[in-house]
Amino acid sequence: MTKSWWKILATVLILYSIIGGLLINVPALPILHETIRNLYFHVPMWFAMLALYLISVIYSIKYLSSGKTSHDLIAVESVNVGVIFCFLGLASGMLWANITWGEPWPNDPKLNSSAISTLMYLAYLVLRNSIEEEQKRGKISAIYNIFAFPVMIVLLFILPRLTDSLHPGNGGNPGFGGYDLDDTMKLVLYPTFIGWILMAVWIMTIRYRIRLIENKRYLRSS
Amino acid sequence: MKRIILLLCIILQSIQTFSQESNSVEMATGLRSSGKIYVVIAVISVIFIGIAAYLFTIDRRLKKIERED
Repeated sequence: MTKSWWKILATVLILYSIIGGLLINVPALPILHETIRNLYFHVPMWFAMLALYLISVIYSIKYLSSGKTSHDLIAVESVNVGVIFCFLGLASGMLWANITWGEPWPNDPKLNSSAISTLMYLAYLVLRNSIEEEQKRGKISAIYNIFAFPVMIVLLFILPRLTDSLHPGNGGNPGFGGYDLDDTMKLVLYPTFIGWILMAVWIMTIRYRIRLIENKRYLRSS
Repeated sequence: MKRIILLLCIILQSIQTFSQESNSVEMATGLRSSGKIYVVIAVISVIFIGIAAYLFTIDRRLKKIERED
């Protein structure tokens, strides 16, 4: 967690996405025009959120069997940073939708599903705040997390594909495939996913390490 | 027979969709040819490198505190 190489890699990859994302040619599609470059920034936000929520649920499960506070701290800090990336994804998506779909929130199944999953994970944070005792808080929120994660997956990836949707990749629209995303875009997009996931995990580890120190000092002083 | 004629009419109508040209979508080629795109890249890169540098300094401070404990 204190190693630097993957943090430098994250920085380099994201820098590559900024430079390559603006310079490299993209397919000229109607309605989208140059805004298709938003793909390099909007989508990695969601992938970073997914990676963090996955880490969170894994450490929630680990906490239930081990009872170690450090596992619980990783679970909560992953959700904390994941929610931040979720809001960044929502904000960037709304800005993009405003230009291309005519309104920032067209009551689309995918968008409504993402709003519901955001609320679910905010509820996780509220739930934690409502319980005083450490072990009980960790256990109950871990169980909630284990329910919330698959529901989020279904809401974001399964339900929107079953109905009509404006969002690419859902409701009969072609998504990541030969139509919207050609090979030159994949050249920038795939490294960017790795870059932002690493960056998100880095921010989470910083918060987690601060919590560990706070926890240690609190235990020492009491 | 009626169904075959109806099918043929529908297929013939699809020829109308071939009127689009592939290069009629306007892109920001002006920004690129005038070199202004490099300013945009420089601005965004500076902002991002600044934030990344801040993250590195926070990380270093944390390492120092962890070593003290």
